[in-house]
Amino acid sequence: MAERVDEPIKYDTLQNYPTEFVGTGTFPTRVPHESPLRTTPLPPQNWFQKHEALLLGTLAVALFLVAWQGVASARIWSRLFLPGPVDVWDAFVELVKDGELATDIAVSGQEFVVGYGLAALVGIPFGLLLGWYPRLRFVFDPFITFFYATPRIVLIPLFIIWLGIGVESKIAVIYLGAVFAILINTMAGVRSLDASLLRVARSFGAGDLHIFRTIALPGSVPFILTGLRLGTGHALIGVVVAEYVAAQHGLGRMMMIAGSTFQSSKVFVGLFLIATAGLLLTYGLQRIERHFDAWRPQR
Amino acid sequence: MKLQARDVVIHHRRQRYGDMLLAVDGATMDIGEGEFVAIVGPSGCGKTTFLNAVDGLLPLTSGTLTLNGRQIDRPGHDRGMVFQQPSLLPWRTVMGNVMYGVELLGLPKEEVRGRAKRFVEMVGLEGFAESYPLELSGGMQQRVNLARALAVDPEVLLLDEPFAALDAQTRETMQHELLRIWNQTRKTAVFITHDIVEAVYLADRVIVFTARPGRVKEILKVDIPRPRDLRVKRDPHFVEIETRIWESIREEAARDTLAATA
Repeated sequence: MAERVDEPIKYDTLQNYPTEFVGTGTFPTRVPHESPLRTTPLPPQNWFQKHEALLLGTLAVALFLVAWQGVASARIWSRLFLPGPVDVWDAFVELVKDGELATDIAVSGQEFVVGYGLAALVGIPFGLLLGWYPRLRFVFDPFITFFYATPRIVLIPLFIIWLGIGVESKIAVIYLGAVFAILINTMAGVRSLDASLLRVARSFGAGDLHIFRTIALPGSVPFILTGLRLGTGHALIGVVVAEYVAAQHGLGRMMMIAGSTFQSSKVFVGLFLIATAGLLLTYGLQRIERHFDAWRPQR
Repeated sequence: MKLQARDVVIHHRRQRYGDMLLAVDGATMDIGEGEFVAIVGPSGCGKTTFLNAVDGLLPLTSGTLTLNGRQIDRPGHDRGMVFQQPSLLPWRTVMGNVMYGVELLGLPKEEVRGRAKRFVEMVGLEGFAESYPLELSGGMQQRVNLARALAVDPEVLLLDEPFAALDAQTRETMQHELLRIWNQTRKTAVFITHDIVEAVYLADRVIVFTARPGRVKEILKVDIPRPRDLRVKRDPHFVEIETRIWESIREEAARDTLAATA
């Protein structure tokens, strides 16, 4: 019994280091400088290995565009039926030149920003409240279920009657499209909180407000961000479809008119612009998600 | 006298069955200042329920629980719980998790940090203060769990099978570490476990619970001098105490099985 219990064990070499310090090996452990873990760097990768995903993806897209141009240039079908990438680009340049596109983008963008912004502003706090207070949820559940189960697009005729064919009716459609995805996900986030964490908080004497701030809110961030990401999709559908029905300006209206007058190149321009908007929004939200996910082990 | 339980009866609410199960039926015990007590018993005997009541998370049906003469009816800073699962906030670092309980004491920011730092060091995690829980192994997570409870400087430390989910080697390291840390603080400790060797190794007294509904069956003194080395587990006197407890629990487990099949 030479070893004294009250002496802290010195972990100076890997041999003396208790096994549980070394980790399971499943996750790369963030190892501070003073840690006695010994590591060797991975073998270096060359430029092609490092950028493999990006390289292959770009190559595939380039090949697709070339093939598309090839089929279109063969003129098996007329240009009105199947324009090539070059035709689409020409149409884009033309639309930019006569300034119409800028107005359309501005109007659609405004509708999106206001509608989606309102949806986030209402959906997140309301979702948090409904997730936290069951009674409130019981009251609002039938309405949420009704609206979520109904394609909100069927409400467009009503909105046009009530709000006219200006931007207001579009904002309403976009808002209703996005708000439920955000609200329901936020609510699910609060409801699926780890019960053991709530018990810890209560054990340390935390009050309801403190638990909400330190556990419910940070715990539901991943769900809120998922809701926001799903919401962008719904909102973009809202932009296009609402403008299809009746509008004075906007990308959806431009595509609608171009389609009915066989200007296929212009339809493609609209399609690519909306796809780009969707990609940018998803990318931005993923960046935010990664920022909040610093605590998740890197994959 | 420190922690006192008199005829404690607890019904445990079972959401799934929609009923109240009699979990503890008249537990009585006295735990003295600076004493390390282990509670063992067959599984489902209500020992965790009892500990939750001591923490103030569960109401008593009848009887009294007092800490230094004050009635226990809600969680408080005079008790610190080490949970069976690490239950760490995954978005907070080791440091942030240890700070969680201290933040609720209303101390100045400097002191909150200073105190958390001291206990992170005490459990041997100074190199990992800025790591996130998911980057740590199970044993390290339990060290954080322990530091979090100690950091609020409770009068009684409550431990609910904290090493049950660890592998055998890690568990032994942690038992040894717990004694080293306990030796520095000498807090009154109530340790729940189903591992008899663990109970005898750690405690001054071992309280054996009956099968459900839980009641104190017998109390055994562990007269093995401290500091205790892990090798003490091979000592004939240690094995003698261990065997007595084992037989006592066997009896309860058998009774429970008979009752279930009757």
